[in-house]
Amino acid sequence: MSNRRIIDARGSYCPGPLMELIATIKMAAVGEEIEILSTDKGSATEIPEWIHKVKHEHVGTEEKSGIWHVLVRKTH
Amino acid sequence: MKILIVGGGMGGTILANNLARRLSNELRSGKTRITLLSASERHMYQPGLLYLAVGRMMPDELYRDQAGLLEPGIDFQVDPVEEFRLDKNEVKTKGGKVHGYDVLAIATGSRPTPEEIPGLAENSEQFYTEETALKMFNRLRRFEGGKVVVAMGVPHKCPMAPLEITFMLYDYFKGRGLLDKVKLHYTYPIGRVHTLENVAKWAAPEMDRLGISYETLFNVKEVDGAKRVVRSEEGGETDYDLLISIPAHRGMEVIEKNGLGQRGWIPTHRTNLNMEGRSNVFVLGDTTNLPISKAGSTAHFEAETLGENIAAMVKLGAPVREYDGKVFCFIEAGLDRATYAMFDYQNPPQPKPPTKAIHWFKLAYNKLYWASARGLL
Ligand SMILES: Cc1cc2nc3c(=O)[nH]c(=O)nc-3n(C[C@H](O)[C@H](O)[C@H](O)COP(=O)(O)OP(=O)(O)OC[C@H]3O[C@@H](n4cnc5c(N)ncnc54)[C@H](O)[C@@H]3O)c2cc1C
Repeated sequence: MSNRRIIDARGSYCPGPLMELIATIKMAAVGEEIEILSTDKGSATEIPEWIHKVKHEHVGTEEKSGIWHVLVRKTH
Repeated sequence: MKILIVGGGMGGTILANNLARRLSNELRSGKTRITLLSASERHMYQPGLLYLAVGRMMPDELYRDQAGLLEPGIDFQVDPVEEFRLDKNEVKTKGGKVHGYDVLAIATGSRPTPEEIPGLAENSEQFYTEETALKMFNRLRRFEGGKVVVAMGVPHKCPMAPLEITFMLYDYFKGRGLLDKVKLHYTYPIGRVHTLENVAKWAAPEMDRLGISYETLFNVKEVDGAKRVVRSEEGGETDYDLLISIPAHRGMEVIEKNGLGQRGWIPTHRTNLNMEGRSNVFVLGDTTNLPISKAGSTAHFEAETLGENIAAMVKLGAPVREYDGKVFCFIEAGLDRATYAMFDYQNPPQPKPPTKAIHWFKLAYNKLYWASARGLL
């Protein structure tokens, strides 16, 4: 998808992938997809947990060669 | 070669000095010129604001004259940039001057934006500017007890500051003999008390020990000043008598207005520090969009990388090294103990238990900073 926003949070310990997502989601338009790349496997659980709490959509999570790709959609 | 640096804070100052030393022959012969444009004739040591807010530093200790921090040979002008004309390799300043360049480095920093959260600016105390830190100091002095809530927005510069101010407030109230009347409550945006897992593992039991309560997954949505309640995006709420906030930040307006990056964050290559798509424009410090701490040490290590690379571009025609994502942060664990965290893109931090010795080292660094800005440390 061409207008997907990518957050390259590989090797981000501080602020970390979830913090990067929290900051970036403010900049995204409603309906936009954001893909977070993370080398921390904790992202695969903590990002969907937060997304669920704030009622955006967790589209999916995939692991490719040690990098987790977490896809979310901004819904409001 | 004309090198133009925009921003005379931590990153811009270290870069200018680093380059002036490496290129002293070229500066003398006139082959190279280094111009530094900034918005202020004074340089602020921003970490000092934390101490100012609890009365441990005085306002005049925060400042030095910018010109006095710079190596001879640097053309320093206080004339903020208003227009970046990257296609023409030039900028235009508030004073109406146009500066052309061969290489541009942007280090304009970031700014807190409390006004973005309804009720936050009016109803909370902050310490990210001199004015707000002084106001917080005066409010703390008058505070006689009640629930003190620490809350923050994302992103914010100095990711250690939320924990530091919480532990410093504990010691501050202890010093005033108010601990039995004060309830400290810490909130944090993600699911643990600090984004660095090892720091969180140390800080949460420390808070338990000191009786500081905490609530995670708490991103401030609004503050109701009449009811004295903070509500979170996650549906939580907490009441307060005194609200201490670290507002979310944006890059500078000039970056947004010139279309260099949404919310003032410039898309930056993680290792060569080029602005994406611009081989002669570099970005350092808070204003990058890199997924690393917005901290003075980040700006410092980036400036060292860029100093070496830009000098090599002058002398060899090409850059010679990559930025590895290195960050070093002290963490004050109260008013008399501290620890630190060091990490890069490949290596996570392994902070040690806080000690008095590291706290004294941090206090020494508060003075040594000026040597660091001069590029001597
Ligand atoms: C309370 C507090 C505590 C902190 N504690 C720590 C700590 O313990 N450790 C740590 O590492 N970091 C800490 N920091 C963060 C650190 O101060 C910043 O991350 C660092 O200063 C960033 O450097 P910079 O060069 O990107 O921006 P800055 O140092 O903010 O400099 C930006 C410069 O750009 C100039 N400028 C702005 N607009 C323009 C324009 N249009 N044209 C030209 N110039 C312009 C400004 O005048 C300024 O000189 C703390 C910050 C605060 C507020």
